[in-house]
Amino acid sequence: MTLIAADHLCVRFGGSEVLHDVSIAVQPGEIVTIVGPNGSGKSTLLRALLGIVPAAQGRVQRAPGLRIGYVPQRLALDRSLPMTVRRFLSLPVRVSDAAASQALARVGVPAVAQMQMSSLSGGQLQRVLLARALLSDPQLLVLDEPTQGLDQPGEAGFYQLIEDVRAQSGVAVLMVSHDLHVVMAASDRVVCLNGHVCCEGTPHVVSSAPEYRALFGLGTKGALALYQHVHDHDHGHDHAHAHPHSHAHDHSHA
Amino acid sequence: MTTRMPIPTPMLMTIAMLDDFLTRAALAGVGLSLATGPLGSFVVWRRMAYFGDATAHAAILGVALALASDLPIGFGIMVVALAMAVTVATLAAKGWAMDTTLGVLAHSALAFGLVAVSFVPGVRTDLSAWLFGDILAVSRGDLAFVWGGAIVVLGLLAWRWQALLTATLNEDLAHASGLNPDRERLALTVALAIVVAVAIKVVGALLIAAMLIIPAAAARSLSRTPEAMAVFAIGIGAVSALGGLYLSLWQDTPAGPSIIVIAAGIFAVTAALSRPRA
Repeated sequence: MTLIAADHLCVRFGGSEVLHDVSIAVQPGEIVTIVGPNGSGKSTLLRALLGIVPAAQGRVQRAPGLRIGYVPQRLALDRSLPMTVRRFLSLPVRVSDAAASQALARVGVPAVAQMQMSSLSGGQLQRVLLARALLSDPQLLVLDEPTQGLDQPGEAGFYQLIEDVRAQSGVAVLMVSHDLHVVMAASDRVVCLNGHVCCEGTPHVVSSAPEYRALFGLGTKGALALYQHVHDHDHGHDHAHAHPHSHAHDHSHA
Repeated sequence: MTTRMPIPTPMLMTIAMLDDFLTRAALAGVGLSLATGPLGSFVVWRRMAYFGDATAHAAILGVALALASDLPIGFGIMVVALAMAVTVATLAAKGWAMDTTLGVLAHSALAFGLVAVSFVPGVRTDLSAWLFGDILAVSRGDLAFVWGGAIVVLGLLAWRWQALLTATLNEDLAHASGLNPDRERLALTVALAIVVAVAIKVVGALLIAAMLIIPAAAARSLSRTPEAMAVFAIGIGAVSALGGLYLSLWQDTPAGPSIIVIAAGIFAVTAALSRPRA
């Protein structure tokens, strides 16, 4: 049974079409990574799937009673709002102290419960956001550029954590990645978006290749992988589609 | 003359106390703080300070319209305050520059209100009561209105508390949790309109926003959680109201501004005492 799906989805802001004829589906237990250049509609696709922005055409389907754990890209941590990590975990549904400390231990930050949210490091904050999302026992985790701002070991560690969570609970994961080429190795599928679905495939696990070592060093333990884009169409010169070509892999815009 | 029911002594004492204008004033100030503490905290968290100002300034227009049409003044204020808040929210959703829009609306509402009031006979003389409040002239009816309004606001905020906090932190997060941030914003807008109608007698249209913001801002450095901040803001608001009344009697100063002076003093102290947080 499909958890969530977009069916020939079009989204417009004002007069401009941000998403055109996008179809994507997530099955239970699956890890799907969405990549694409800036302004390609990645976040819009997530927001449309969550029902925040309306579909101009096509539709979004969700399994009845689907429980979604959402990890936002940013949190407006205004200093005027005092908020301990413990208090944050009880939003919007209050949870017990035991459940809260268990969730924090599960994501590897057991000691932050009494800290202020605004004093967390980037990596700690991402883990706390994940802990909150896991507290609702979701069937689907939706993460919007969760590793943006983290260094490479931090990113690898976070992906490893997601992989572990999936292995333990069987939760499906739909994640937007800020990096076009370096994705989570455990992704079952990678979807490249640029207003429409450009290409779709599996990540290229190259942990033994010398290029990989040169790129990632040895500290990432295979959590990262390359995604090889195979585009069968041209976007023309007026279309912002800036794939950097510096990486050591084939990149064919036929 | 009809026969009187015997009245229990404590209640008799309370009723006798309400005969004292000072007691009524003190109770009105404390009652108002119950609403302005938590609502003011949201105003601070959501950076709605100017929004609160615009809504409060619109109250004068509400007074004028109510007097001209023989409607209850509290009702007139609430309707106009709500209309102003909805206008601002609508323009914000359309992408208008909020700083400028609020500046235009806040001051226009005040100016239109003052002009409109000048057409209503007999009001011009006690206009300052609407602008700066007249807490020492609070009647029993006013007191009931203040406490009734405060309890409605407190109840509304308590009911929506978890959803409001979630939407304040991140609207997408609220959406993903099945909440509707627009509905929560509407709850705050309604609460703000009620508070404006309730507060005008106590601190006046010009200083309602101050009563919302200053106690909450003073409470910030004392608090580790949102709930603590709301409770501290209630306490600081109540202390300011009582202190302001005392200052007013002692030095014969205007009561409404005196309340804000005390609140500002408390803010200065808590801000100075708070160590910079890591």
